[in-house]
Amino acid sequence: MSARENILARIGKARGPAAAVDVDLAIRRRQRGPIPALDKDIVKLFGERAVKLASDVTRAGTITEVPGLVASYLRERDLPMKGVCWPVMALLDWQDTDTDIEIESRAARGDDLVGITGAFLGIAETGTLMLLSGVQTPATVSLLPETHIAVVEAGRIVATMEQAWDRLRVERGALPRAVNFISGPSRTADIEQTVTLGAHGPYRVLIIIVG
Amino acid sequence: MQVTAMHFKRKAGENLRNEKLQKALEKLQTKFVDGRAVAIAELPNFEEIRDAATDIRDKVIRNLDRYLLRFEQEATARGAVVHWAETADEVNRIVAEIAHQHGLHKVVKSKSMVSEECGLNDALESQGLDVLETDLGEYILQLAHEPPSHIVAPVVHKSKEDIADLFEEKHQRPRTTQIAELCREAREMLRPGFLSADLGISGANFIIAETGSVLIVTNEGNGRLATTLPRVHVAITGIEKVVPTLEDVTTLLRLLPRSATGQSITNYVSVLTGTKEKGELDGPQHFHIILLDNGRSKLLGTELQPMLRCIRCGACMNHCPVYQNIGGHAYGWVYPGPMGSVLTPSFVGLEKALDLPNASTFCGACAVVCPVKIPLPDLLRQLRTRQVEQQLRPRQERAALRLWSWMAQRPAVYALGTRLAARLLRAFSGSTKRFRYLPGVTGWTSGRDMPAPAGRTFRDMYRSRRSS
Repeated sequence: MSARENILARIGKARGPAAAVDVDLAIRRRQRGPIPALDKDIVKLFGERAVKLASDVTRAGTITEVPGLVASYLRERDLPMKGVCWPVMALLDWQDTDTDIEIESRAARGDDLVGITGAFLGIAETGTLMLLSGVQTPATVSLLPETHIAVVEAGRIVATMEQAWDRLRVERGALPRAVNFISGPSRTADIEQTVTLGAHGPYRVLIIIVG
Repeated sequence: MQVTAMHFKRKAGENLRNEKLQKALEKLQTKFVDGRAVAIAELPNFEEIRDAATDIRDKVIRNLDRYLLRFEQEATARGAVVHWAETADEVNRIVAEIAHQHGLHKVVKSKSMVSEECGLNDALESQGLDVLETDLGEYILQLAHEPPSHIVAPVVHKSKEDIADLFEEKHQRPRTTQIAELCREAREMLRPGFLSADLGISGANFIIAETGSVLIVTNEGNGRLATTLPRVHVAITGIEKVVPTLEDVTTLLRLLPRSATGQSITNYVSVLTGTKEKGELDGPQHFHIILLDNGRSKLLGTELQPMLRCIRCGACMNHCPVYQNIGGHAYGWVYPGPMGSVLTPSFVGLEKALDLPNASTFCGACAVVCPVKIPLPDLLRQLRTRQVEQQLRPRQERAALRLWSWMAQRPAVYALGTRLAARLLRAFSGSTKRFRYLPGVTGWTSGRDMPAPAGRTFRDMYRSRRSS
């Protein structure tokens, strides 16, 4: 017998025949667990919680303001005025921002220092960005560069992860290859339990809330 | 991984006298214990969520085969290959075959305690593969050739000075003891490894039956890099890690990071389903998932079944007065602390880990903090019972207990015996009224004195008070 058959046989034997449940039904029901009470103003809450987890947060009136905000964020911190963005964001007016910002649209490489992405949703409960991988939204852009800048529409901020799953099911049907929830810069506390920002991923995350 | 749990007593003694280790362990208290308390206070319905999480885990464990089959079906439909392994050796063989089949040579690993169970690194290196641990803690341990001493903070036993010495020797760079600089140095050393690796190996915090997905929580981002950049990803996990739905896993995620490190959420939560889609610029082309039993299914239908609820947060060890004082290495296998004291005897054999079920004061803190309400002291007590039933305790101890049991069933003999013992001990205790040394039970007096009895038994005193 194969390992698979042996393992399944042992489990089945331990349970006995009577107790089996209808797994399909249990999964289809998608019962939600208890949810913590949250502030009604979820855009405000999202911003507050994101800041608590060491993200920088700023607001933009419209999407056209994004290139200018990116440029001033990088300039203020003396960061390179050069980066990579999701192909889906290539249409933004990066050149015409009376700045010297140079943005290429592609997947990130090991030496890219700034990565600009959108976000599928924001989740207010924890101040978390939800990014989906895809042809136009390569996962490396939010990961390899030292600075990650993410743009999220105010109207696409939901209260909880449960709501995010519902939106994903409605809008996309199936899960993409990778759903990445991001809550601030990468960090480690492995040395003497001391939190240090910038482990293997970004050292800083700027979230631009549009609208 | 080699089991050395039989040396528990000796190693615990050494660790108690190791001042550097004692200092390192103090940090657990302030960071993890206090951090958890704050994070949980912020969640007003914590107890309600804890009950729901316990139900979710129990529901799955009762029908583990059904949920695993559903997981396999969904994962396969999305292009992943699901493998089943009964033992650690089978996992090592499967990974080596995958590497051979795809022509892979350079491995980057994100932290996986299941791979520690298997001793995977040694097995792959013996096959000529180049293996790089990328979690900062695990990387440090790989350089130092040491096993982890904590399931969440594997290098908790080392100080920044220890790590500075190690990095100076292995990296040939100027020594620094600044923690941020040490982290940057590790990042710079590891980045080329990520970029050139062709096989990424990870664990899984959960696997999701509804979608066939693997869920990984990390803070450093190494888990994301290891599962995004190499062209093949292998995820290795225990069969008990399955949960039914995305909603269920969300409930568990409200508890796992809070219980582990006091975070409301880990920096990254990645839900990985299937392989790179057509036209996608990054992501692995092949995704293999290995489901390991290694003794887990044997716990089903026994008193130890609740142990399978465990979500590996480490709260039980952070709060354990025994772990807090001796650290993780003394436990002699992958899993330390109270959860390890149940898992190690269960997975490697009770006879190889005789001291572990007894490495507890039964204070109950572990059960109080467990996010999925595992009754750890009850399970440890169960293992103690089994030790006695299987005659695994030392002959002296068994004889002593038999004698006590014989006396306890004969009140007159018991009264006489205790009266004699109380008087004799009193008489021999000298002017200090304390014993610095007791023949035959030197372990009891090696770290503290035993106070002498008052000279009269409780029953004597009770009787004299009643009559006066």
